[in-house]
Amino acid sequence: MTAQTLYDKLWQSHVVHQESDGTALLYIDRHLIHEVTSPQAFEGLKLAGRKPWRISSIVATADHNTPTTDWDKGILDPVSKQQVDTLDANIREVGSLAYFPFKDKGQGIVHVVGPEQGATLPGMTVVCGDSHTSTHGAFACLAHGIGTSEVEHVLATQTLVAKKSKAMLVKVEGELPVGVTAKDIALAVIGKIGTAGGTGYAIEFGGSAIRSLSMEGRMTLCNMAIEAGARAGMVAVDEKTIDYVKGRPFAPKADQFEAAAAYWRTLVSDEGAVFDEVVELDAAAIVPQVTWGTSPEMVVGIDAAVPNPAAESNSVKRGSIERALSYMGLAADTPISDIPLDIVFIGSCTNSRIEDLREAAAIAKGYKKANSVKAVLVVPGSGLVKAQAESEGLHKVFIEAGFEWREPGCSMCLAMNADRLNPGERCASTSNRNFEGRQGQGGRTHLVSPAMAAAAAIKGHFVDVRDWQFNA
Amino acid sequence: MQAFTTLNGLVCPLDRANVDTDAIIPKQFLKSIKRSGFGPNLFDEWRYLDHGEPGMDNSVRPLNPEFVLNFPRYKGAQVLLARENFGCGSSREHAPWALEDYGFRAVIAPSFADIFFNNCYKNGVLPIVLPAEVVDKLFAATAGNEGYKLMIDLAAQTVSTPDGQSYAFDITEHRKHCMLNGLDEIGLTLAHADKIKAFEDQRRQQQPWLFA
Ligand code: SF4
Repeated sequence: MTAQTLYDKLWQSHVVHQESDGTALLYIDRHLIHEVTSPQAFEGLKLAGRKPWRISSIVATADHNTPTTDWDKGILDPVSKQQVDTLDANIREVGSLAYFPFKDKGQGIVHVVGPEQGATLPGMTVVCGDSHTSTHGAFACLAHGIGTSEVEHVLATQTLVAKKSKAMLVKVEGELPVGVTAKDIALAVIGKIGTAGGTGYAIEFGGSAIRSLSMEGRMTLCNMAIEAGARAGMVAVDEKTIDYVKGRPFAPKADQFEAAAAYWRTLVSDEGAVFDEVVELDAAAIVPQVTWGTSPEMVVGIDAAVPNPAAESNSVKRGSIERALSYMGLAADTPISDIPLDIVFIGSCTNSRIEDLREAAAIAKGYKKANSVKAVLVVPGSGLVKAQAESEGLHKVFIEAGFEWREPGCSMCLAMNADRLNPGERCASTSNRNFEGRQGQGGRTHLVSPAMAAAAAIKGHFVDVRDWQFNA
Repeated sequence: MQAFTTLNGLVCPLDRANVDTDAIIPKQFLKSIKRSGFGPNLFDEWRYLDHGEPGMDNSVRPLNPEFVLNFPRYKGAQVLLARENFGCGSSREHAPWALEDYGFRAVIAPSFADIFFNNCYKNGVLPIVLPAEVVDKLFAATAGNEGYKLMIDLAAQTVSTPDGQSYAFDITEHRKHCMLNGLDEIGLTLAHADKIKAFEDQRRQQQPWLFA
């Protein structure tokens, strides 16, 4: 038998039917649902008189529209409330394996909730009407974001119409310098291959630096695969994967766990498997990354400066740089460490897990936020992350530093709730997108790791966390 | 879904790379639980000078005269000419809904982001990939000729210019079939219901933990 990539194995084990042009029907194991991209799908299903194929595949939560303060007041924006209520009504009507409604202690960002509940298991196909579904690939899942028509299609048929992508291996070897995180790897990869570099590919992240990452770190990395243009990112199973899954509410129980784990251990690329493309990075050479523009590929190291469009010979690219600098209110050649911040946001499905909060708290400990920084929002990814952080006392560190400790949700990652930037405000954000207007119309976003965000909050401008003086 | 056979459509050029779905339809409009009515808010932040919110009367909002969609010469455009990596970012299907609702039936670009590309087909909007040099030429031709139209023939898989140049594009047989006939994909898939059921039963036996 020829050597297979992890992607080959995941793909092959889910093909129900294949057309001669390569279009396949893929069986879907897990369907994650949130309020924004599902109402039209449920409506379509109903209008066509169809029933969901397998409700036990559904895990749902409300996250995009939910407020992060004053939960006792409910959802004030009537349009947001209608969307969350619609999800409630739909899930109540059709049923699900699990539902974490607004204010439930398990509620949170759908991509944080799935794994922490053990609802994301190795070898699964996972879909969600959300591009960052790639996150779940950290568990050797074939996980990708789908549109609302596809949500309806999966509801009705438990399958997705798909065509196999090409396989890319992003190999990161060596040891990451202290202070450099999975987020920096993700941004460095995007800086290298571009936001369209992974288009048409499924990316497997491999190499010793990836194996050294925790599951949280792997999720951060796979989360950002979509920002590199790849619909799916994935990491092979190892003992860390299996240990993480064990004992979680929806993970297989004692009798089945060993059988499952034995299968999961086969979810690795075979020795000698051939990839269509291989990209290599040296972990030791990665410095903390900061985006300066309006696309995640507009990124440099903390030790660099904002680029000068005059140095770009390609006119389309030069135009993009000029437009980005003007939107971002930055002058060419400004050192990154000179950029002052108004707001800091620590949260989102990229960086709101317990490990992210620990990293941020380690930096913040014993410090106060800079006076020039108007607000620092710390938004845990889920109710469970929040409870865990509080049991470790992290919330106290944040509060003492003058940061705001919020309720879980997507929050200022996309600003569909009340948390948003005002025009012209500049934000260090641990989220995944720095597009124009993403965090509020006219808002300016710089993507960084949780440690870099916390350090920027303390100093009022970007600093190199590799030089940070930690308080015990 | 509206079928797509041929289209002789006015071209509107959007000369920016990496146009993301947040730009195509900003998030405040995603709160709608409907599929229609997004057209007036297509490219909202570029198109209007004020900040748009759901429920506003868009007909009285101040238009940005510098944004191409507002140029009188591109009124009624059905073909959007774009640059690389069009539709990147969020998976929101509201993006093709907004394009379709505005009146665009085809988008031509050197490359598209995956999820957006897929979503287009489900909504009768044809995404066409042409080589970057060809797209460059089309930008120049659109700028130089008021009322510039392109003839798109899906069955023949060609885009033809008024001066008789013709460019071929790729599409999978499955998508072409669905687009040409305006077919509901769920109905097509359910024709394989027995196969899906058999696959599922086998999976339930082999990996029972997936069905707990
Ligand atoms: S945190 Fe941000 S990127 Fe993640 S699901 Fe929510 S809105 Fe999307």
